[in-house]
Amino acid sequence: MAQSATATADNRAPAREYYNEDVVRLFVIATMFWGIAAFSAGVFIAFQLAYPELNLGFAETTFGRLRPLHTSAAIFGFGGNALLATSLHVVQRTCRARLFGGEETALFLFLGYQAFLVMAGLGYVFGVTQSREYAEPEWFVDLWLTLVWVVYLVVYLGTVMKRREPHIYVANWFFLAFIITIAMLHIVNNLAVPVSFFGTKSYSLFSGVQDAITQWWYGHNAVGFFLTAGFLGMMYYYIPKRAERPVYSYRLSIIHFWALIFLYIWAGPHHLHYTSLPDWTQTLGMVFSVMLWMPSWGGMINGIMTLSGAWDKLRTDPVLRFLVVSVAFYGMSTFEGPVMSIKPVNALSHYTDWTIGHVHSGALGWVAFVSFGAMYFLVPHLWHRKQLYSMRLVSYHFWIATLGIVLYITAMWISGIMQGLMWRSYDQLGFLQYSFVETVEAMHPFYVIRALGGVLFLVGALIMVYNLVRTVRGDIREEKPMVAEPAAAAAPAE
Amino acid sequence: MHWHKRIEKNVILLSILTLITVSIGGIVEIVPTFTIKSTIEPVDGVRPYSPLELAGRNIYIREGCYTCHSQQIRTFRDEVERYGHYSLAAESMYDHPFQWGSKRTGPDLARVGGKYSNDWHVAHLEDPRAVVPESIMPPYAFLSENRLDMDAAAHLETNVDVGVPYSDTQIELAEADLRAQQNPDAKVDGLRQRYPRVEVANFDGNPDRVTEMDALVAYLQILGRMVDFSDTSTEQLLQ
Repeated sequence: MAQSATATADNRAPAREYYNEDVVRLFVIATMFWGIAAFSAGVFIAFQLAYPELNLGFAETTFGRLRPLHTSAAIFGFGGNALLATSLHVVQRTCRARLFGGEETALFLFLGYQAFLVMAGLGYVFGVTQSREYAEPEWFVDLWLTLVWVVYLVVYLGTVMKRREPHIYVANWFFLAFIITIAMLHIVNNLAVPVSFFGTKSYSLFSGVQDAITQWWYGHNAVGFFLTAGFLGMMYYYIPKRAERPVYSYRLSIIHFWALIFLYIWAGPHHLHYTSLPDWTQTLGMVFSVMLWMPSWGGMINGIMTLSGAWDKLRTDPVLRFLVVSVAFYGMSTFEGPVMSIKPVNALSHYTDWTIGHVHSGALGWVAFVSFGAMYFLVPHLWHRKQLYSMRLVSYHFWIATLGIVLYITAMWISGIMQGLMWRSYDQLGFLQYSFVETVEAMHPFYVIRALGGVLFLVGALIMVYNLVRTVRGDIREEKPMVAEPAAAAAPAE
Repeated sequence: MHWHKRIEKNVILLSILTLITVSIGGIVEIVPTFTIKSTIEPVDGVRPYSPLELAGRNIYIREGCYTCHSQQIRTFRDEVERYGHYSLAAESMYDHPFQWGSKRTGPDLARVGGKYSNDWHVAHLEDPRAVVPESIMPPYAFLSENRLDMDAAAHLETNVDVGVPYSDTQIELAEADLRAQQNPDAKVDGLRQRYPRVEVANFDGNPDRVTEMDALVAYLQILGRMVDFSDTSTEQLLQ
């Protein structure tokens, strides 16, 4: 057994075989697969909004069915697999312990999670959905995910428990909070009664106002704990690792952790401003959303300042550039979010594309970029390669994807604010100036620009897949290095 | 930060403290909406959906209409003028799940009922751009082809399980009511009594066959019409 063979004195690093890297490799492959699927679906539905003929006339290819496919593939397919890959890698490394539960449990976790994704995705296309945003899968898929998630928690906790380090590293706090909170949110938000045991349809336990607040308590914290806390765990491991610098501030990470997880959970009602939800709940949601700005930026500062003394690496290492720019996007989105949660601002932004732009600056800029950085770090490491196939291609990917994001979010800012203003615009006689469909028409150019931004983002990801496949094959591209070799015979100035 | 070292060394303590920390916000914000009576002020007219409306609602959910249409009119002058009286909490009290939505790629539908004819809805759903050339909505012609497949009584019973007050008679007659609502020749006095303000019509032009189109249009036509707002004018709402 690997474990006994390598159970050496605590001050020696365990041998590679000590860790379960097979399952991490599987999750890395799944991350890239679902990433391409999610980005492709996103590009397709973006073009559908610009050119509705692309709905193709089939029930299965309408925007209404494909949009959940895109969001689930992005959040749970790409994001979820990236979180599983990195959390299972980080927990073993930082605890110096092999994954708890053995190979079979790890394999079940992998296959079980992919089965969840396939069942959910097929469901949407064939019309099986609860219509709860980011919790669309029906009751039987929810039950299956609950089982898989409990196994995940047990594997994770078990590994932490048998650690050979006295302290639990900060990245694990965030991963653990992500796993625990998602379990709580998932179970409460999906409470439902199926019509029959053999049918797919169910009715949610709550209705109307109570259902709305429960759903957005879930929905906002899917962002807060799936797309934030988990990925902060990634940040706290891979940025220090890649920059070869310690985390900037230990104290700040403690404050960051507790403040973030406490405040985030309150922010849900900002999705329901000026609705039938009681006013006190809306105001509470707004106040906490604004407060949330502080821990978010505390975390951003902690991530970025970790580069202190290693800033030059940003110029020479495009992988680190992905990681650090992701944190910059995180800072931007977590500033924009609290602004949009302020009621008068939300009065304009809600129901418009501004929200879509905001989500994507977080999803593409933060979640995807930090995942890309982690994957570029992990693949050579996991497949025992000295380096990536090409650093130049990483750099191209970075710039193409960044340009794509910029096109995407600026198009959505303009169309969102414009549509919001058009809806409330009055003419000189005191009548509403625009019919609804005139505001739809005005969106067209921005929908085209947004779709093109998406194409760029997808192209970047395809370059990444190519780069990673060649890396796994052990190839090294002949190219000019990122840093010019210092001239050997440079004579000192006299 | 010395005290924190204890938490960092005990994963069970860390997990429990985390669970407590993340529970507080939800408990404070969600539980009172169940216990405070004024959360949903009672309004005359709100009733459970008729079987055909409920079937239509399930199609609305299945097709992901919520991804582009909201059903929640906010308390603004322009929204009230464009869509009608702002939404009341009671109006969605029988909605399992709620369909307030979060995006208006298309217009709000909370009060779309009665604004357009049945024929308009069928034509629009089958080919939106034939009716509204600038529309970007997908076509739903297949709804007219699909026979409605629903065990009405079982669906009503499940709704009772989650708290919707359907009576035993309503459950017993669910299947008959479903058929009668799309057949103007049927005897519908009982249906109208059980579901006030119900729209009885041959929605898709074929009374022999209950299609998904019949159901969806029946649902769209009741949206926002259960409560009588004839005594409130837009001017009053604007104060």
